[in-house]
Amino acid sequence: MSTSVSRSPREFLADTLGQVPRSGIRDFFDIVSEMDDVISLGVGEPGFDTPWHIREGAVFALEKGATGYTSNLGLSKARHAIAGYVNETFGIEYDGSTEVLITVGVSEGLDLAVRAITNPGDEILYHQPAYVSYGPVIQFAGGTPVSVQTTQGNGFRLTRDLLEPHVTPKTKALMLNYPNNPTGAVLPERELQGLADFAREYDLVVITDEIYAELTYDGTHTSIGSLPEMRDRTIFLHGFSKAWAMTGFRIGYACAPHDFIEAMMKIHQYTMLCAPILSQEAALEALKHPKEDIEEMRSEYRKRRNLVYASLNEMGLAQHKPGGAFYAFPHVGHLGMSSYDFAMRLLEEEKVAVVPGSAFGECGEGYIRCSYATGMDDLKEAMVRMARFAGRVTPE
Amino acid sequence: MDELLKILKTNALETPENIARMLELSVEEVKAKIADYEEKGVIRGYQAIVNEDKLNLNRVTAVIEVKVTPEREGGFNQIAHRVGMFPEVRSMYLVSGAFDFLLFVEGENLHTVAMFVSEKLSTLEGVVSTATHFMLKTYKHHGFLMESQDEYERLKISP
Repeated sequence: MSTSVSRSPREFLADTLGQVPRSGIRDFFDIVSEMDDVISLGVGEPGFDTPWHIREGAVFALEKGATGYTSNLGLSKARHAIAGYVNETFGIEYDGSTEVLITVGVSEGLDLAVRAITNPGDEILYHQPAYVSYGPVIQFAGGTPVSVQTTQGNGFRLTRDLLEPHVTPKTKALMLNYPNNPTGAVLPERELQGLADFAREYDLVVITDEIYAELTYDGTHTSIGSLPEMRDRTIFLHGFSKAWAMTGFRIGYACAPHDFIEAMMKIHQYTMLCAPILSQEAALEALKHPKEDIEEMRSEYRKRRNLVYASLNEMGLAQHKPGGAFYAFPHVGHLGMSSYDFAMRLLEEEKVAVVPGSAFGECGEGYIRCSYATGMDDLKEAMVRMARFAGRVTPE
Repeated sequence: MDELLKILKTNALETPENIARMLELSVEEVKAKIADYEEKGVIRGYQAIVNEDKLNLNRVTAVIEVKVTPEREGGFNQIAHRVGMFPEVRSMYLVSGAFDFLLFVEGENLHTVAMFVSEKLSTLEGVVSTATHFMLKTYKHHGFLMESQDEYERLKISP
């Protein structure tokens, strides 16, 4: 008889997990959630509730009995509405029957896109600072994340020159997220053109997460998928969370040539089956009058962006001017503390929560992310408190 | 509508300093624009939105539909002026449909409003008929819901 040796739960875990660091936001979250009366500039979601006609539409759909599964790809009418919206807004044509997949947020879409194209060892380029899931998603798919550092000096914009040194024969794809979380950076068409040339030259897939596209405040947003000869190598990811304030509905979509969508759908059907029908119905309602909803939110966010940008500059926290999303990313490194310590002290002394930039990659160290998606009254009070704090910690 | 007016319509107490930051203007520019709006009569006044239901004021508000015969010279405006000058009339609109003017009239009780309608309003030359509805409860006023709703709690930190 063999003696059995029992392993601890930890020892059962897959090796991949050990390679993925714990999210930098988690520790901070635990502390903040224990505190009362905190003004939080730490949330990556709109402070608005979902527009009422969308919520009312979802309630109506529920009453009608929208409680079942949908096709794996998602409701046909929703896919066609999405194709229409993407064509009108971004100028890229997709067939609603075969080239659109409705996902559980862009988070799932990103995971599906990466898994659909990644063989073990494939290298995927992405910029830092980046949304927290970018690196881990590539690792979970068996790929190698290759991060490319962007800096405040060039407005956190990714350029061809920054990418070039990181290309190897294993490079498979380029991941983009502009307007960017956490920096608020946007990519003007000229720079985008350089990235498109780069992708074509090295024959790369481009996975572009444009969840903040509608929240562009100066000038218009251009999608890389709309540039010449880019459509067929682009997986376009978008959703309803930000521009329609629908984060909790968890509803997004991927648009891409049929072969990409078919591959992504294969994974989606066996892991998710379909996105929740109620959220799909709500999304359909959202697309009925998209311009009115979005224009109202954009104009409100623009005022908040301006208020925060001006206030942070007045208190000596310099930054590039965020052109999109709803984040300011000011520099605090000159104040003699790490971004984590700055965030901790600000929280303890003034009860304002911001996210240390280091949560978004090494090059985020020295910065803090301030979301201005929170309500205007809270925002104004937060600026007053931060100015007081900055005054105290700024060396004479 | 000008963004500055939108801000003031939501919060008339907003400081020129904050408005300047929001609109990327100087404080002087903001003050000058506000003064200009006031002078041109675009801004007619500043008021608090008060939920009077909470004050037990013992006042009543009536919504009154008024049909009139427009005058040969002056149309609706002349008679509207005569009606609107009464301090009891808090708001007044010319509307399309089965009647002409929609009035919001305030009084101390049903009796005073009834007296106003029967003695002053109905007897005006040109007024053909009136229909008076007493308001029972205010749910929403000038874009503000009167009952504050509980905020659904959100995460304080999220990626």
